Amino acid sequence: MNLVINGKEKNIADSLTVSQLLVQENVKMPDMVSVELNGQILRRTEFEETILKDDDKVEFLYFMGGGCGIN
Amino acid sequence: MGLTEQQIERYSRHIILEQVGGSGQERLLSSKVLIIGAGGLGAPVGLYLATAGVGTIGIVDFDKVDLTNLQRQIIHHTSDVGVEKVKSAENKMRAINPDITVRTYQTRVDAENISNIIRQYDFVIDGTDNFPAKFLINDACYFNRVPFSHAGILRFDGQLITVLPGETTCYRCIFNAPPPANAVPSCSQAGVLGVLAGVIGSLQATEAIKYLLGIGDLLTNTLLTYDALEMNFRAVKLNRNPNCSLCGENPQITELKDEEQVVCDLKSCKC
Repeated sequence: MNLVINGKEKNIADSLTVSQLLVQENVKMPDMVSVELNGQILRRTEFEETILKDDDKVEFLYFMGGGCGIN
Repeated sequence: MGLTEQQIERYSRHIILEQVGGSGQERLLSSKVLIIGAGGLGAPVGLYLATAGVGTIGIVDFDKVDLTNLQRQIIHHTSDVGVEKVKSAENKMRAINPDITVRTYQTRVDAENISNIIRQYDFVIDGTDNFPAKFLINDACYFNRVPFSHAGILRFDGQLITVLPGETTCYRCIFNAPPPANAVPSCSQAGVLGVLAGVIGSLQATEAIKYLLGIGDLLTNTLLTYDALEMNFRAVKLNRNPNCSLCGENPQITELKDEEQVVCDLKSCKC
C-alpha cells in the first residue's frame, strides 16, 4: 500500500499498525513522537490497534525543546 | 497619540507598507509582548520587536549569560558573560530603540507567578528550552486567554505554531504531556546549529507583529517544521484535538500546576 509519511510517498507492506510503522521507520523512541493520522492526533493507546490503510497520511511530530537558554 | 518626526523617520519602512501605515506603527508602539526565555529564540525576538517599535517588551529569565550561549544567543555579547540575561537583553533592546519600555523579570516562571505576568501582555513568546515550561506556558495562556507562539529547535530542526487559546490547536492538542525522562535530549546534550535560533525566533517575531497588527494569516492549526539540512519548510495541518486534556471536550486539566522537570543525562539517553 502507499502511505504519505511526513509529506513523502512511500510503499509499505499491507496491514501494518502505527506501532509497527514506528519501528519500521526507525523511530527509536516512540515516546518522543506524536502521530497524526489523516488530520487527527492519535492517542498513544491507539498506536497498537490502528491498522494503516492505502493512501493514509501519517505525520510523525517530534518533541523539540530548545530555546536553549539554560545549559 | 501621533508619531513624532523622528518616529516617522525611524519607522518609515514600516509606515510605507500599506498593511502597516502610521496607524499600524502607532498600534505597535502601544502593544505589549512578553518574551519568556532570553536565550536562543528570545534573542532575535527581542531584537526584532525592539527595532519594530513594540512599545512594551517584557522579558523573563532567571539565568546569567554563559560563554556557551554566545554561539547562538545574539542579544548577548562576550562582555556580558556573567551578567543577568534579562539585564543584558534590556541593554541591547534599549540601545537599539530608546522609544520602547523594557520590563525585566529575573525569575523562573511557575504555576504561582506566571498568570500575573502574562495577563499584562497582548502576546507571549515561548522561547524556553524545557518541556515543563512549554506546557506551563501553554496552559497558563489557555486559562488567561493570551495568544502565544510556541517554538522549539534541536540539532538542525525547528518547529513553531501560533496558538489562540480556546480557538485553535494548542500545544497539548499535539503533545499531550511532557516526554518521559531521558526520551528527548536538550540542545546542550544534542547540539543545535546556532543560526536555527535566528530562523525560528525571527518567525516567532513575525507572528507577534502580524497578530498585533491584525494582518495576514497566522500560523494557527498548523505546525511549521524546518529542516535546515534539507532546507525544507513543511506546514503540517493540525486540527484541534477533541481528546486534548486541556482544551478538548472533557478536559482533565482544570487548573495550573507545575510539570515535573525531567532531566536527561547522556549516559541513559537513548536518542
